[in-house]
Amino acid sequence: MIREGVIRRINGSLIIAEGLPDAKIGDVAYIGGQRLIGEVVKISGNEVDLQCYEDTSGLRPGEPVVNTGKPLVAELGPGLVGEIFDGLERSELELWRLTGPFIKKGYRIAPLRRDKKWHFIPRIKVGDRVTEGDILGIVRETSVVEHRILTPVGINGVVERIEEGDFRVEEPIAEIRLPSGEKREITMVQVWPVRIPRPYKRRLPVTDPLFTGQRVIDMFFPVAKGGTAAIPGGFGSGKTITLHQIAKWSDADIVIYIGCGERGNEMAEVITNFPQLEDPRTGKKLIERAIFIANVSNLPVSAREASVYMGVTIAEYLRDQGYHVAVIIDSTSRWAEALRDLSGRLEEIPAEEGYPAYLAERIAGIYERAGKVVALGGADRVGSVTIMGAVSPPGGDFSEPVTSTTIRYVGSLWALDTELAYRRHFPAINWLRSFTKYVGLLDEFWGRYDPNWKIYRERALEVLEEASRLEEIARVIGEKALPDEQRLILLVSEIIREGYLVQHAFHEVDTYCPPEKQVEILKVIIGFYDLARPLIEAGVPVDRLRELRSVMELLRLKEKKTLEEIMEDSARLKTELESLKAEYEVKAA
Amino acid sequence: MRPSREKAGMVYRTVREIRGPLMIVEGVRGAGYNEVVEVKLADGTEIIGTVLDTYSDRAVIQVFGHTEGLSLDAAVRFTGDVLRISLSDDLIGRIFNGSFKPLDGLPEPIGKERREVFVSIINPAAREPPSEFIQTGISVIDGMNSLVRGQKLPIFSEAGLPHNVMAAQVARQSTVLGREEEFAVVFCAMGIKHEEYEFFRREFEQTGALDRSVMVLNLADDPIIERILAPRIALTITEYLAFDLDMHVLAILTDMTSYCEALRSISIAKEEVPARKGYPGYMYSDLATIYERSGKIKGKKGSVTLMPILTIPGGDITHPIPDLTGYITEGQLILSRDLELKGIYPPVNPLPSLSRLMKDGVGSGKTREDHMEVSNQLYMAYAEGVKARDLSRIIGELGLSERERRYLKFADEFERKFINQGIYENRPIEKTLEIAWDLLSLLPEDELIRISEGNIKKYHPKYRKMAV
Ligand SMILES: Nc1ncnc2c1ncn2[C@@H]1O[C@H](COP(=O)(O)OP(=O)(O)OP(=O)(O)O)[C@@H](O)[C@H]1O
Ligand SMILES: [Mg+2]
Repeated sequence: MIREGVIRRINGSLIIAEGLPDAKIGDVAYIGGQRLIGEVVKISGNEVDLQCYEDTSGLRPGEPVVNTGKPLVAELGPGLVGEIFDGLERSELELWRLTGPFIKKGYRIAPLRRDKKWHFIPRIKVGDRVTEGDILGIVRETSVVEHRILTPVGINGVVERIEEGDFRVEEPIAEIRLPSGEKREITMVQVWPVRIPRPYKRRLPVTDPLFTGQRVIDMFFPVAKGGTAAIPGGFGSGKTITLHQIAKWSDADIVIYIGCGERGNEMAEVITNFPQLEDPRTGKKLIERAIFIANVSNLPVSAREASVYMGVTIAEYLRDQGYHVAVIIDSTSRWAEALRDLSGRLEEIPAEEGYPAYLAERIAGIYERAGKVVALGGADRVGSVTIMGAVSPPGGDFSEPVTSTTIRYVGSLWALDTELAYRRHFPAINWLRSFTKYVGLLDEFWGRYDPNWKIYRERALEVLEEASRLEEIARVIGEKALPDEQRLILLVSEIIREGYLVQHAFHEVDTYCPPEKQVEILKVIIGFYDLARPLIEAGVPVDRLRELRSVMELLRLKEKKTLEEIMEDSARLKTELESLKAEYEVKAA
Repeated sequence: MRPSREKAGMVYRTVREIRGPLMIVEGVRGAGYNEVVEVKLADGTEIIGTVLDTYSDRAVIQVFGHTEGLSLDAAVRFTGDVLRISLSDDLIGRIFNGSFKPLDGLPEPIGKERREVFVSIINPAAREPPSEFIQTGISVIDGMNSLVRGQKLPIFSEAGLPHNVMAAQVARQSTVLGREEEFAVVFCAMGIKHEEYEFFRREFEQTGALDRSVMVLNLADDPIIERILAPRIALTITEYLAFDLDMHVLAILTDMTSYCEALRSISIAKEEVPARKGYPGYMYSDLATIYERSGKIKGKKGSVTLMPILTIPGGDITHPIPDLTGYITEGQLILSRDLELKGIYPPVNPLPSLSRLMKDGVGSGKTREDHMEVSNQLYMAYAEGVKARDLSRIIGELGLSERERRYLKFADEFERKFINQGIYENRPIEKTLEIAWDLLSLLPEDELIRISEGNIKKYHPKYRKMAV
């Protein structure tokens, strides 16, 4: 195989080389004297086009290109958790230590630390027969994550040797005799091509919601474990904060946060906060179950393209160990722009707004890698990958190509609304424009907390819908001109919005709302509606209700720390409403 | 064949084509991508350019200077290096043009350090999240859109609005609470008028800021393409002052709209497929390489706070320039013609304005425990008031409910007393919060739902009076 060719042309991240007759699409190559990393993206005649993942300044035609003949891979093994990688899986913490606070290009380091020893405990014995995907043994990677070392894909045989002990990732921990008689040493590190989904035994229907502690999501627009969701919205509408909230509080086992073409300070914030924040369910630090990929906006655009696949591949690997993994991509629009950039340089015929014709296919390809599966291997191990992506539509216009395409492929849509954001109604998820295909999963989940949950939810949605219609009218004639029954609906909808949907991410108590509290608050609010209606019919003016202290207290139920406090407030509300009723009965008599 | 270093300094007279700011030079063996070239015109003037596209036997060059007088017999020298500038503390107090030529009559700077101008990326793992509150003395900023050290917060404006006056006020008044350190100011002008520049210069002169400032100027009649260079030169200097000399730097970049127009004209010359309104698809990433140069670094003292100014074309906030800027910066301050017409200064409309880093810079131990809640409540109340005002335009004030009328009154008072202030009025944060509370007390206490009960009891004027 001919490995070394020569650069003929450099146009930004696009390199055209000659003299690589054996190149295949997807081959990784080292470009120029600085050995920058690139990938073959097009072959025509004796010209090979490469996309370079690093800044190409200073590179010259005539410099060599060395083809590795191998695709871009993710390195998988102990040491992933708590790391912060760039899109090519280089540890940014390590790069910082080695090269200082500014990025230097052409610097290559092994993704997983080579010097660290991990304590490996076998789960099988010498003489056992193993097939691909079987667990060979475990490493306690963090107090939360037990890293399960899997028999690599494609390997079946009999264990010849396996031992407990402290090993570096590249040291053999076992030896397997293949059916051919050949012996294969197994280490704790494996590689997998990022653009190829990892295999599994079979797909399962999704059954459980990913619980996020965010009321508007959990109660109204949930996403399934193994499902997909998109969160589109103009700048400043709350995509990142919502996704941060999910990264912090969701009940996924592991969270992979891909900062794709977004702000450096936002990544710095999560990396700085996660080591301090505690998981509300396990009490363990969030950093012990998180992996970051920080391909920020001022890093080379081309690497954004790879970063998403890198993150998803790591997620699949953890899924195969039997974990529920949440993948967060902020923002898929920046990834799509990287596609557009390359496509433009390749002079492909653009479809809409300069995006290539294969945009939809690529977007679908990413979301299709979500799912709940039975992993390879003897035991029926179940794991899932949930993918949630921010979309950043230019001008906030959802009809643009990336947003409109994404909406077709996801199971839940959290549509952000700039108007709500201006009013500081956060999360600014518009309840009329959002959707979920996973409502069916809620029965079992919420049924555990309250058999009537469905009634509360439906009533709440009805009120919200009716109120938005009434608001249209009120905008023209004024609220005062509406009859009191309708003004009550406006009042209840205001209570639902302010007291339920609004959830301040930085509120000490309300940043995370446990399930029993979510149902309880909704129950109290809907209960208020039921009690208030007869009062209005009996002639009590809406303004009198509004003046009741306990009605305004409904807006603060979410700030209460315990269910008891919420129930006390609810009891007080009943008493106040009853005395109001009595007052009007006296008047009427 | 290794035509790299030996070619450094090679001079070619083989220009084959000149198209707008682009020039094709033939016979060049292996020019480096982004390599700097010096082009000598017939009249002896020299302009610089960089290599945009390089082939085995030719190079496409983008020139940054005036292209009038450029002809096919121009001499092009390939320097063998990417664009770098010399840095030292002697730069402080100096004035340069967009290609780093002195405009102050002093000699060209000689520096100990030569740094690359185009590529400078802070490793995200090395960033320190900004968290120090900057008191600008302007209530609508400090109270509701606080700026913190290391933030990038642009002003979105329109022609004729007082963005310059406001930026100058910020530069003049900004301090970090409890510290006496002053900001050094790096001022970068792109396509602004002489008179605007003179305003800033006078301002800086009067306040003594000139001795702590560096200016990089590309004015309205300077070469348009040089605007691509100017902010990068300014920021290379800024980073040096901040991260080598431990200074706190406020960089003002104005007008980013002129910058983007320069970017567009190159893109059109290159015949690229545009994304929206003729602007190139890579404008987001290009702007990010400018705006993301702000911030703080772990273990370093200095900071880069960025205040870009841009005029929104046609007042349309969905235009790619404000839109892509908003997607990168950590918030935005939006000036409104309506408020300006009412005589309100600074005419910042708080509703669409935002400071994303405010939450990290305010609160107990930083400003005051009720700060964030008060801000949230002001937002909510003002939004209600504006809604009531819109309604009253349709049905008249009499048609409003009592509640709506109260909010309408709140909105009016809020604009007059909170937003509005003097150009030389420097309000401490306590004063800003005091005005806010006075205004909030126009509303029923039960409606202050964004504020915790504890803070209401502690700061609401009603209870404070009782306590006195
Ligand atoms: N749940 C929330 N609670 C409180 N504040 C919020 C919430 N969501 C958003 N915000 C506020 O809105 C601001 C913008 O949110 P965010 O950064 O998530 O927007 P974005 O949609 O990611 O914008 P961009 O596309 O520019 O990145 C935040 O800085 C914060 O002030
Ligand atoms: Mg964001």
